[in-house]
Amino acid sequence: MRGIEIQSDIKLGQKILYINWGLVALITIIACIGFSCLYSAAGGSLSPWATPQIVRFMMGMCGMLVVALIDIRFWYKMAYPCFALGMVLLVVVEAMGHVGMGAQRWINLGFMKLQPSEVMKIAVVMALARYFHAVSVDDVRRITFLIPAALIVLAPVGLVLLQPDLGTSLMIIMAGLSVFFVAGAPLWMFISGIVGTVASVPVAWHFLHDYQKKRVMTFLDPESDPLGAGYHITQSKIALGSGGMEGKGFLEGTQSRLNFLPEKQTDFIFTLFAEEWGFVGGVVLLALFALVFIYCGVIALRCRHDFGRLLALGLMVNFSLYVFINIAMVMGLIPVVGAPLPLISYGGTAMLSVMLGFGLIMSCSIYKDSKIPRL
Amino acid sequence: MKKENQKERIFTRRTLFIGALQAALLCVLGGRLAWLQITQGAKYKTLSEKNRININMLSPSRGLIYDRYGTPLAVNDENFRVLVIPEQTENLEKALSKLQKLIEISQSDIKRVLKQASRSAAFVPLEVKDKLSWQEVAQVEVNLPDLPGVAIDVGEIRSYPYGVSTAHITGYVGAVTEAEVKTGDPIFKLPGFKVGRTGLEKAFDKKLRGSAGSAEVEVNVVGRQVRELKRHEGLPGKDLTLTIDADLQIYMQERLSQEKSASAVIMDVHTGAVYGLFSSPAFDVNLFTTGLSAEKWEELNADPGLPLNNKAVSGQYPPGSTFKMVTALAALEEGYVTRNKTVYCPGHYDYGGDRFHCWKRGGHGTMNLVSALAESCDTYFYEIATEIGIDTLAAYAKKLGLGERLDFDLTEEAPGLMPTIAWKRGHFGKAWQPGETIVSSIGQGYLLTTPLQLATMTARLVNGGKQVKPWLTAYTGRIPTHDYQWPVLNLSKKNLDLIGLGMSNVVNDPDGTAYAARIQNASMAMAGKTGTAQVRRITMEERSEGVLNSDLPWKLRHHALFVGYAPVGNPRYACAVVVDHGGSGSAAAAPIARDLLTKVQQRDPASKPVYLDQTSAAQPTPTRKPMQTKQNT
Repeated sequence: MRGIEIQSDIKLGQKILYINWGLVALITIIACIGFSCLYSAAGGSLSPWATPQIVRFMMGMCGMLVVALIDIRFWYKMAYPCFALGMVLLVVVEAMGHVGMGAQRWINLGFMKLQPSEVMKIAVVMALARYFHAVSVDDVRRITFLIPAALIVLAPVGLVLLQPDLGTSLMIIMAGLSVFFVAGAPLWMFISGIVGTVASVPVAWHFLHDYQKKRVMTFLDPESDPLGAGYHITQSKIALGSGGMEGKGFLEGTQSRLNFLPEKQTDFIFTLFAEEWGFVGGVVLLALFALVFIYCGVIALRCRHDFGRLLALGLMVNFSLYVFINIAMVMGLIPVVGAPLPLISYGGTAMLSVMLGFGLIMSCSIYKDSKIPRL
Repeated sequence: MKKENQKERIFTRRTLFIGALQAALLCVLGGRLAWLQITQGAKYKTLSEKNRININMLSPSRGLIYDRYGTPLAVNDENFRVLVIPEQTENLEKALSKLQKLIEISQSDIKRVLKQASRSAAFVPLEVKDKLSWQEVAQVEVNLPDLPGVAIDVGEIRSYPYGVSTAHITGYVGAVTEAEVKTGDPIFKLPGFKVGRTGLEKAFDKKLRGSAGSAEVEVNVVGRQVRELKRHEGLPGKDLTLTIDADLQIYMQERLSQEKSASAVIMDVHTGAVYGLFSSPAFDVNLFTTGLSAEKWEELNADPGLPLNNKAVSGQYPPGSTFKMVTALAALEEGYVTRNKTVYCPGHYDYGGDRFHCWKRGGHGTMNLVSALAESCDTYFYEIATEIGIDTLAAYAKKLGLGERLDFDLTEEAPGLMPTIAWKRGHFGKAWQPGETIVSSIGQGYLLTTPLQLATMTARLVNGGKQVKPWLTAYTGRIPTHDYQWPVLNLSKKNLDLIGLGMSNVVNDPDGTAYAARIQNASMAMAGKTGTAQVRRITMEERSEGVLNSDLPWKLRHHALFVGYAPVGNPRYACAVVVDHGGSGSAAAAPIARDLLTKVQQRDPASKPVYLDQTSAAQPTPTRKPMQTKQNT
């Protein structure tokens, strides 16, 4: 049995061996599919999207490996500071919005635009994993013990809702709930939570203003706004469906590359992929994502400490939410919310945060046998 | 250790549960993909290759405006226009310059389109030019195959058959502003959509507008419609039916335009319905929809008669002697005077070391309330005002509708001003002076009223003390816009009759100030009150030299006012006339009032109910021709 004493002695070379190269390979394959889509979206050109995306992926890959090699105990110590930093950034964008820069969701760092809500998706999981680390089964069943953890989720959700970004807030809530769930929070809470939410919908509806009701209705029924959301979904379905079984072939997509999809390089990239590669390609991509989920799930299961288990699982759920929401949206299963397809969609912050998330998951894997004293 | 194992077991179990959930979701996604690409694949392939789907926005038809007899005052004419859909052009600028070779398009229009294109989604059609002639339509139609992204469309253009004479009532519509587009209401994105800017077009804009519909249609490669897939009906705007008599408006326009600047209101004393409302000079509202040249705009703005303003509701004038009924009523109701109270008028009134002049230099001699009204003796009212006090005076003025808005149907309505002690302290931080009450009693000083308020005051004085308010729109769609259950003011009939007698003597007594303007036909005889409002203080020097008003520059002359009603025995119509800088009420305003009241009695609109077209309601035209807004190849 390897203890922490032994493990802190392992040499860098050995650590590198412990890296899940299979997962790295999977991520790289998916990212390459992304590059090819961006190449196609630009009409067979590396600019304007593919090249910057490749550069970002390289940077993200380096960041991921660095994060992976850093001792998990360091990340354990950094969990709350990261969360605090995320909160500060959220407050800063909120304040900037009020100072007159309009509804901004990002901070310009010069080389990229940082979205604090993206940072927060990781930070919330880290903070929750730390909170639930090495606590007893009985603690997790006490409501008084769960309240601070609930605040870790709800505080950033409140700020994100102010932006207002309903989609991201829901994603943070769902990722947070998954950590609660696997940490062992009593099942009756989840069941009553679901029942309570469903039951309170009519009551809440009653108290909404007319214009708020209207907004909710257009969200649920995009067809009522034919020049807005409904239009994109109709176009997306036509493009996707016309791909058929084998697809139209690389660079042969006609629908997606015309300007009917204004977000073809970001949120609607799956449409373009499925049009060109057909059902076969779509299933292959879904399978690749499924393999990533399985990989991360296995890392979580094999980890010997609570922090790592919860962190790896929470991040995996977070990643999978992106995938589900984005693909379901472009296929017209759920209303349009702004969610990118991770590793494929064009965009800096999402790429970076997803890669750093994988770095943390790998750190959980390399240091799976570490003993982390509860601070 | 057992607990530790338990925790691990829970974790493992629940992680597997989440994994199962994810697997299920992946299956749903895969299933959906199969349904779209395999089951429905052929259908979508057809849609994408052979046909296009257009989503057509259906512009709502703007509601029409009718007068009380069903005569249209605002209608929609066909308007051929050329639109461009940026995403369907190979290059927007090139497409526009091609178009420019076919029809005349100004450089500023090109700039506007390019600017709009940079701010809206590429599939939103933009109006390049409207009001195309047949020749221009043909020019473009023939060349359409070479002009991808360009389309001809039939829209609506607002037209006002009565142009000038109902200009201030209907108002006009104008293009959507940037601020309105930013509100996010999709209706503002309709190409060429117009919004009411003044008059009823503005006040009832939301009702007139209706709501947009949409239709999803399948078209073939050349853009011809194959079938309609889905349709979402919009709602046409609601029509307005007014209380106005359009022919009376024409008469008012003719009569008032004999003065440089004047305005008048004719209303029903019992219902408050406004039959005529005109502000002269006016302008042709159609200029605003067919295109107004910069010179014309300059000219309208520079005109001292303020043609763009509806002075009948927004002009604020000192009421002058027309206010004397308020002073008289307040004094009677509060018991400061009786019918027989007399005052000796030597031509002036001294109070607190100041001298207040009566308009008649030699004085009126001994006056009672009725003769003081008839001959408009200032001194009489100076004296009774010192007892009443300004706040009581203001209370009666408000009861009669002066000094505040009357919820009129036009947003241009101005509030006027009725000063009180508290108002002066609030505005100037100074105490009210008794001398100011004296000046107020004859409608000077701080007082400001609108012709609309003066007509309302007259109506309330002679309708038995009902608190009528003026209104213009009888029906919105098919629903009455107002209900006319007016509350009753608590005023003594005896006092109102006494004031009525005074007003009758103004016109019908040989000593009355408006005797020259009486209506000879006894059955139509009118009553009223003249008013001459100073626009500046008369200096002692001028008074001693006897400077004539007509020698002064126009801007410095007095405003001439007249309020009246008819017939005198059984009042039905109230009227207020203001001639800007007209000199004197009896000479300038009273003759106009006489003519207007004669005309309205001849036409007698009160005896005919407002006509509501029954057939047009039975078959509403929901939305006009579909207009192409976007396409998918």
